[in-house]
Amino acid sequence: MEFLSYLINGISLGSVYAIIALGYTMVYGIAKMLNFAHGDVIMVGSYLVFIGINQMGIPPLVAIIISMVACTLLGIIIERFAYKPLRGASSLAVLITAIGVSYLLQNLALLFWGSDPKSFTSVVTIPPLKLANGQLVISGETIVTIVTSTVIMIGLMLFVNRTKVGNAMLAVSEDKGAAQLMGINVNYTIALTFAIGSALAAVAGVLLCSAYPTLQPTTGAMPGIKAFTAAVFGGIGSIPGAMLGGVLLGIIEILSKAYISTQLADAIVFAVLIVVLLVRPTGLLGKKINEKV
Amino acid sequence: MGEMLQVKNLNVFYGSIHAIKDISFHVNEGEIVTLIGANGAGKTTTMHTISGLLKPKTGEVSFLGNPITQMEAHKIIRLGLSQVPEGRRVFSHLTVQENLTLGAYTRKDGSAAVANDLERIFERLPRLKERRKQQAGTLSGGEQQMLAIGRALMCKPKMLLLDEPSMGLSPLLVKEIFKIIQDVNQEGVTILLVEQNAKMALEIADRAYVLETGTIKMEGPADELANNIEIRKAYLGC
Repeated sequence: MEFLSYLINGISLGSVYAIIALGYTMVYGIAKMLNFAHGDVIMVGSYLVFIGINQMGIPPLVAIIISMVACTLLGIIIERFAYKPLRGASSLAVLITAIGVSYLLQNLALLFWGSDPKSFTSVVTIPPLKLANGQLVISGETIVTIVTSTVIMIGLMLFVNRTKVGNAMLAVSEDKGAAQLMGINVNYTIALTFAIGSALAAVAGVLLCSAYPTLQPTTGAMPGIKAFTAAVFGGIGSIPGAMLGGVLLGIIEILSKAYISTQLADAIVFAVLIVVLLVRPTGLLGKKINEKV
Repeated sequence: MGEMLQVKNLNVFYGSIHAIKDISFHVNEGEIVTLIGANGAGKTTTMHTISGLLKPKTGEVSFLGNPITQMEAHKIIRLGLSQVPEGRRVFSHLTVQENLTLGAYTRKDGSAAVANDLERIFERLPRLKERRKQQAGTLSGGEQQMLAIGRALMCKPKMLLLDEPSMGLSPLLVKEIFKIIQDVNQEGVTILLVEQNAKMALEIADRAYVLETGTIKMEGPADELANNIEIRKAYLGC
């Protein structure tokens, strides 16, 4: 029963990683760049929700929607001003820029909101679910996180695979030139990807801070790195891979904390990544390119 | 039969390499025109400059009277100029049907019309129909070429640019592909065909230009060029 409870917590944390990892993997798939500022968008989103609820008294759901819109805009602005001018530049230049944007966001947050940790009030009001005569307690946050993540993942899969715009995204991620010949506006598609990824980051931020309620300018950094790990773990560029990688990583982290060592949990998570990359360099669901030419 | 595509004094550079040197040519409505030349002559560069993937340093390209030299590729196709790129470049992780549907990306006349044209493409290219749910990357070279042509036709182009459709295909398949090109032309689509396979290209073309290291060396009616002694030596191997 104890194990089941850890497992559920792991899935819950993992779903948050998965949502963040989706942002990394989609941007990588389309723009072929690692957006290291993605984690900090989570932090900005969380602060906006925090300010909305605690300082302005806006209902949580409205605050979340405002935060999603703001993060979407933030994502588009970052792409437009930091990354778009570098299209065609070496990937190292883009990577360093992304790290720069990450520090910029963290320091802006420090400037606006100060360094003292804010204690985030959970937006979840659902009572915990007690199963098996109270032996298994699933918190409201966990339920909301798992449900929300599932809905987002299914929605995203449907969007990408079933809609015209989603298919255009897949086309751009495979061959920008050929996509342009189909009449697809590549710049628009890249901006859209950043927009979607950032909106997801806002949601992830809220879910994360509801479960782990300390909010400070570096809050997004660690989950960001872990979600990036999850994306690589699952196979960067692959949407199902990011989902699988995220959930597995969350489970590994929680189980390590529970059964091995709290301090070593993060080390174990990253060690798993190293092992996976040694055995399967493309990640679990990484694209095998089997083209006949 | 007016001029559909006009290329005037085009110069294209890759960094400091002068790939296309001041070439001019045109394609009239309804024609099949071929641009033949060896590897590295600048054929694909010319194609990419017309379709907007590359920008020339100087010179002009106009299509149906519209200057398209500085237009972005995704807008040029909306004028009715569609390209089948070299090496087919089908979206290998998408299915055959998804590839074809993406070909209709620019169309605004409703999904029923697109579905209708999809069926027409499948009638023309029955092998694609059998494989409509298959990932494009799993198709054979010939099938991929057919898919690339079908995809380019899905936007209902007025003119089709074909870049080396015979590349890597068996003689039998090349014949089949060229027959398709002729059929498409007969239905009113103007064709600009870039080929290394000069023999086949000259057989179906009305006019031809010979491209050599970035300049046009010769031009004329295709049958005349096919009988030209220099061409026969250099490109037809006889």
